[in-house]
Order: sequence, then C-alpha cells, then structure tokens
Amino acid sequence: MGEQLWRVISLQDHNTRVVILGAAMLGFAAGLVGCFTLLRRRALVGDALAHAALPGIAIAFLWVTAMGGNGRSLPVLLLGATISGLFGIASILIIRRGTRIKEDAALGIVLSVFFGLGLELLGIAQQMKNGNKAGLESFIYGKTASMVSSDAWLIGGASLLCVVICLGLFKEFKLLCFDEAFAGSRGYPVVLLDAGLMTVVVVITIVGLQAVGLVLVIALLVIPAASARFWTDRLIWMIVLSSLIGMTGCLVGAAASAMLPRLPSGAMIVLATGLGFLVSFFVGARRGLLIRIWRRQSLNASIDRQHLLRELYELFENDPQRLAVSWEELLQARSWSKKRLRRILEHASKDGWISENITKMEFALTERGETEARRLTRRHRLWELYLIHHADIAPQRVDRDADAIEHVLDPETVAELESLLNAELGERRMPTDPHAKSAEGVPS
Amino acid sequence: MIPPAQSGFDWSVDWSWQLDGWIVVAGMLCAVSSSLLGCFLVLRRMSLLGDAISHAVLPGLAAAFLISGTRSSGWMFLGAVIVGVLTALLSDWIHVRGEVDEGASMGVVFTTLFAAGLIMIVLAADRVDLDPGCVLYGAIESTPLDRWTISLPGLASVRVPRVVVVLSIVTLINAAFVLLFFKELKMATFDAELATSSGFSAKVIHYVLMTLVAVTAVACFESVGNILVVAMLVVPAATAYLLTDRLGMMIGLACVIGAVSAWAGHIAAVEVPTWFGFRSTTTAGMMAVATGAAFTLAVLFSPKRGLIPQWTRKQWLRWTILTDDVLALLYRMEERSTEERPLAESMAMREDLNAWMADILLTKRFAISLALKFHVWRRRVMDGRDNESATLVPTLTELGRSEAESLVRSHRLWEQYLVTRVDLEGDRIHQQAHRLEHFTDRQLQDRLDVQTDSPDKDPHGSPIPSANDPQP
Repeated sequence: MGEQLWRVISLQDHNTRVVILGAAMLGFAAGLVGCFTLLRRRALVGDALAHAALPGIAIAFLWVTAMGGNGRSLPVLLLGATISGLFGIASILIIRRGTRIKEDAALGIVLSVFFGLGLELLGIAQQMKNGNKAGLESFIYGKTASMVSSDAWLIGGASLLCVVICLGLFKEFKLLCFDEAFAGSRGYPVVLLDAGLMTVVVVITIVGLQAVGLVLVIALLVIPAASARFWTDRLIWMIVLSSLIGMTGCLVGAAASAMLPRLPSGAMIVLATGLGFLVSFFVGARRGLLIRIWRRQSLNASIDRQHLLRELYELFENDPQRLAVSWEELLQARSWSKKRLRRILEHASKDGWISENITKMEFALTERGETEARRLTRRHRLWELYLIHHADIAPQRVDRDADAIEHVLDPETVAELESLLNAELGERRMPTDPHAKSAEGVPS
Repeated sequence: MIPPAQSGFDWSVDWSWQLDGWIVVAGMLCAVSSSLLGCFLVLRRMSLLGDAISHAVLPGLAAAFLISGTRSSGWMFLGAVIVGVLTALLSDWIHVRGEVDEGASMGVVFTTLFAAGLIMIVLAADRVDLDPGCVLYGAIESTPLDRWTISLPGLASVRVPRVVVVLSIVTLINAAFVLLFFKELKMATFDAELATSSGFSAKVIHYVLMTLVAVTAVACFESVGNILVVAMLVVPAATAYLLTDRLGMMIGLACVIGAVSAWAGHIAAVEVPTWFGFRSTTTAGMMAVATGAAFTLAVLFSPKRGLIPQWTRKQWLRWTILTDDVLALLYRMEERSTEERPLAESMAMREDLNAWMADILLTKRFAISLALKFHVWRRRVMDGRDNESATLVPTLTELGRSEAESLVRSHRLWEQYLVTRVDLEGDRIHQQAHRLEHFTDRQLQDRLDVQTDSPDKDPHGSPIPSANDPQP
C-alpha cells in the first residue's frame, strides 16, 4: 500500500502521470471559469451545454463515417460537439429573449431535447458497420483513467487558452458579473463579452466532456466555484481558491483511483471535489455555516449583555439609594426567559460586569460594569434623541427603533450624534430618557 | 421494419397493439404524470429539479440493492425515491443555509450523488448487474415484456405491463394532488406570502410537490430513461405556457401536448430511420425530440406570443398606418388646393411626388408607391393615368375621400381634445394625435366631439371635417 502510494505520488507510471496532470489542469481551468458563470447565476449552463454537445458528436461521426473517413477521429468529434454546443447556447438565448420562458426552463428544454436527439443519433450510429458506440459513449461517462498523452496535451492547451482569456479580460468579466448594466453604460461591449465568456465555457466543457465525461465536467464547473465562495468576498481570491480546489480535487481523486484501480476516476474526482465543498460549506471563513452561527450567537450574546447593563443602569438611575436589583425585577424587565436571563447573568458576572449575591439573588454593577452601562445607556439615548429630532419618529416607538441599531454604533457615529444634538443636550453628559417613563412624570 | 418498395413514403405504420400500443401508453402516462407537476416547476423556476433528481437517484438504487440484496423493484423504487427527495431537500438547504445560487446548489448535490452512485455500483458490481446506461436510455421498448396479471372483479383477468400499472398509479396520485389542492398550489406558486397568510403553509405545498416530483421521476425513469423525464417535466409545460395565461388551461394543454408528443415520438422512432435505410431507433429519445418540436412550433406560431404572429401583426399594423397616412395626406393636399392653384397643379409641380410623400411620412419611396397601388386596387384612389383630366397625380375617389375625412377628423378632434382637456402644449399634440388617429373608430370620434364641444377648427386652425355617414 505504502509503496503504491509512493508510486502514485511520485508519478512514476507514465499513465498515472498523464491522467493526474491532465485532470489537474482541467480542474484548474474549470474552477477559474466556473467562478464567472456562478457569479453570473448561470451555474448550470455547463450542464445544458454538455448535453447539447451530444447530437453534434453523433452527427460528426455519422457524417464522416458516411463519407468514408474515420468517424472516431477526435478533432472531428470535438468540432461537432462545439458546433452543436454553440447551437444549444444560441437556443437558450433565443428562448430567453424571444419568449417569456425563464432561464431554468430554457436550460431544461435545450438539455433534454438536444440530448434526446443525441441518443437517437447514437442509436443510429450503432447500426453502422463500424459504429459500435463504445468510443462515443465515453462522452457521457468519460474515460479519465484511459486518458492518453495527446488528450492531456489538448486539455493543457485549452486550459491555458481559457486561463489567458479570463485573466486578460479579468476587469471586463468582473464588471460583467457584478453589474452588467453599469458595464454597458461604461461602453463595454457587453454582448461581445458575454459571448466571449460563453465561448470559454464551451471550450472547457467540450474538452472536459471528452476527457472526463458529462457529469464530471458539470461538477468541475460548479463545485469548486461554489466552495470558494464560502471563503472570500473578493473575486480575485475566489478565483485563486476555486482553481486550487478544482485542481486539488482532481489530483486527490485521480490519485485515489490510481491506487484503487477498480474505482472510476471520474466519480472519485467528483467525490473529492464534493468533499472540498462540504468542508467549505461548514468551516468556510467568510460565509461558512459555523462562522455564521458563531457570528450570530456572539452578536446575540453581546446584545443581551448590553440590554442587561442598560436595564441595571436605568434601575439604579431611577433610585440612586438602592444597592442591588432582584432577580424578579430583572425577569420582568424584558421578555427574557428564566433560562436565558440566568445565562446572561452568568456571563456578565464571569466577565466582571456585575457582582451578584447568590443567596439573595440580587445583582449590582461593578465599577467597570457601571462605566460600561453608562456608556451604553448614553449611546442608546443619543440615538433615540436623534431619531426623535432628526428622523421624526414618535417617542413611543423610539425605543424599539433605537434597539435595532444602537448595538452597532461606532464611537465616530456617537461623536457625530453628539455634535448634531448639541442644542438638545446642552451641558449634560447623559441625555434624559425621552420616552414612556419621563412622559409619565417620573423624574429622571 | 423494411422500407416499402414503392416510391414515396408509406405513411401506414406496422402497428401492433400488443407491442407499440403498450409502449405508447407508457409514454403517454409518463407525459401526463410529468406535465401535471411540470407546470408548477416551470412557473416556480424549479425546472431543473427533475434533472437533478433523476441523476441523483443512482445511489438510491445501489443502496437499496446493497441493503436488501434483491433487485426487486419495490426496494429499488423506495431507495430511489428517498434519495430523490433527499436531493431536493439538500439542494434547498444548501441554497438557503449557504446562500448558494439555486442552480449551483443543485449542481453540487446531483453531481456528487451521481458520482457516489457510480462508485457504489462498481463496488457492488460482482453481485449486481445494474447498467448505468439504462438510467439514460431507459427501456421503454421492453415495456410489453414484463407483465403483471391484474384480475378485476367481474372482468376477466388482464395481463398489463408492470410499467403501465406503476405509471397509472403515479398519474392518478398526481392528478388527485393537483385537483384537490389546485387553489393552494396556485396561490403558493403565484403568491407564497398570501398563501401563508391565508392559513396554509406554502412550504408544505412546496415539499409535497418536490416529493411527488421525485416519485414521478423515479417511476418514469425506470421505464423511459432520465432524459425523457426531464423533457416531459419541462418541455410540454413550457410549450403550454406560451399558449395560454390560465393555469388550469396550461395544465390541460401540457398534458395533451405531452401525450401527443409521446405518441408521435414513437411513430417517428419506428418510421423516420427507415427513410434513411436504418432500423428503428430508441423511442424515449424521439419522444423528447417530439416535445422539442412541439415547443419550437409554439415559439414560432403561438397565436398570442409566437414570434411569427407577432412579427406579422407588427408588419400589418405598420402597413395599416402607412396606408391611412397616405390617404390622409392626399386629403390634406386636396384641402389646401385653391381656385388659383388646384390640387393637380400644385402636386404636379413636385418633381418626384412619391419621394416627396415618403419624405413627409418618414418612409421609403417604394412603400408609398405600394400603398398607392393598394389604394387604387381598393378604389380609394384614382391613379392619374386612368384619369380623364390627364394629370399624373393620384386623387381621392368619393370612397377614399370619406375615409380620409374620417381619419383627419379623428386626428383633429384628438388635437383639440389634447389641448382643451389634457393641457398639452400645442407643439406636442401632433405626434400624439397622429398615433391615436389610427385606433379611433366612429364611436370614439363622437365622444371626442362631445367632450370638445363640437369644434369647427383644430388648434392649428384647420377645419375639422364633419361626421359623414358611415359608408356601406
């Protein structure tokens, strides 16, 4: 086992070398191109395109065979595939622009009808003298493991071409993906650029189709890009990551299938890339599920803490003589459940904001807590004042509206609010509480 | 089937109820069951769900086999449906939770599952003979071979192909679902929020729909292959969507279109290859192609939205407007002629009358001469040549004059109306009136007349022709 692993890793077999390097190049280029299609919300165009290539392959085979040539020659088949793939793309565009059918249905129509036609023609090709369809069927399932060096060179050339085009037109493609209308208004030839992008997709799809089969090429166009999106918001990093994920997936998958020759390499590559997606989905640094959950929870916790401190501050403010606040009072203050309040209090006391007398269930602010509570209350009231005076929000509603935003006010905004509200504030450092309590005549 | 010896095509088909009949029935059932749900998929922009599900069920089949150890269709069906529903749920979940584009989340899920399925099949290969190929092609041709004996009470027992029984059940379930929950489905499709606020969950409807799509896809693809499932789910529904605006009508049309495509597809699969000297080919693919043909016809010829009817309507409108304009222009020229300078003289002074008119009406010389010929043929205009007065100017006949008068009356009434009632500025009214005059009938003229207090002159000071009696 170890020896075999070494053989695969050191690329000693010519055959393994070709397969692994070929797949890796394809994965790299497909990952790059996939980013643009994903951002243009056309992730499954590759799917429709790959299906639409089939009739072209069959027709090319039938035609050339009927003319007495070698129908199985690769350039002929690829030419056929490209032409019918472009037909497919054109049909999608016509359906989308000329009718009220939406993108998804247009893809479904082109995909199924073209593929149906392709199957028909393959069925007919089978009836020809030398038409056993083994060679043609590899377009559906792929033949990654039997890739030969000429295939790898073809993939390498096509990938290089796509990478060069995408990087050369990086700025244009970026604008096309994020703001097509703006790109148009800046005088970019949007239609031409779109066609260019589609051409790159066609090239990758057709080359990938031949090398690794239909389903795999869709996977390589979609999965790495979708994975990279979890890690970054910046296009350039997304592209780098997506290409690396695509390449790594191909390397790992192809290596695994080289070690376990029974397992189809195409499927192994998809699984390896899928694994990359799974990992990204959960732990992606920018939009991964865990980081999101953590972010939401820490925001909730900080909001809870701020509410608690403010509540305590206001209770003490109303009655400067009192020394502590009871559990019941706090429970009534907001719609906290017992469990939640207990957790909030626990955290606050652990962080040194409050001191508690456990036996009597009473709580007071520590010195540090009081400073913080004063700051928070002040921020809240400043914002309330601002809403009342500058946003015309009724004093009865202002608490709710202030609640929604006060937690994210930064010091600069607070300073700005202060200067805006100078007239209302006068010399006081702490604005008075503008709503219900003072309205009912309780001195604040 | 051997091509007939005589020249030309023999349109009669070698038809056997026992073979072709059941194949067509299976295809039609597949079409109807899919179309019933497909309409909602198309309207809710979930068209590719069928594609994703039918690719992804492979691991379900393999797992069912590995667990149960049999190739019994019940287990396979169950496994495939479970994975099918899982595909839908999983892509939904990734789409919502991960904020991944809908298409991309589907792509991730189905390709990964498909790959897992392939590997499971390979691993189990020594024990199972599952051909991934039949996932694509299906085996609709073998429909008649695998039969169940059904004994109905009071009837002799009949031997019906298993596929037909399964598809009938699925069709009935789908039809019942659509009929019973038509209102809810409609609301959930067009206004999910309204649906939720009126007391039932659009989400539940959504999930039931996805489950039924999975069941249908599995039932169909076992017999007809996954491409036909996608075709039947999407294409007939999209075709019907081009033909009608009403949901009920759309579903009905989709079912009919699907069924007819299935039938035509089978005939074509049997017949068309023989024209070129081949044997008949696979039916499933040809059925998909037939739905595509139906769709193409709808795109081109749908009465309301077809590209060709739309184009024709636009051309016809342009032509009507042009001929109207020519008539009205002649009337205005006549109107401006005076004793000292009769019409013929003032017109004959123009070197190239048609070019001059074309200039005024912003069109081509050729179009003007065509319009004039048209009017001559309709006896609205006298061509100068057969005119006694020997001038070469076109002049209005009585018939043409009264028609032109009506047009000009519309135009000037509109101008008057726009100035007095809409407060438009004088220099902007001509274009507006020019547009509206072509769509103004006698009734509207009279209403305009009343609204503007029956004026004699339009805002530019030209007389408004009085209403003439309608021509026979």
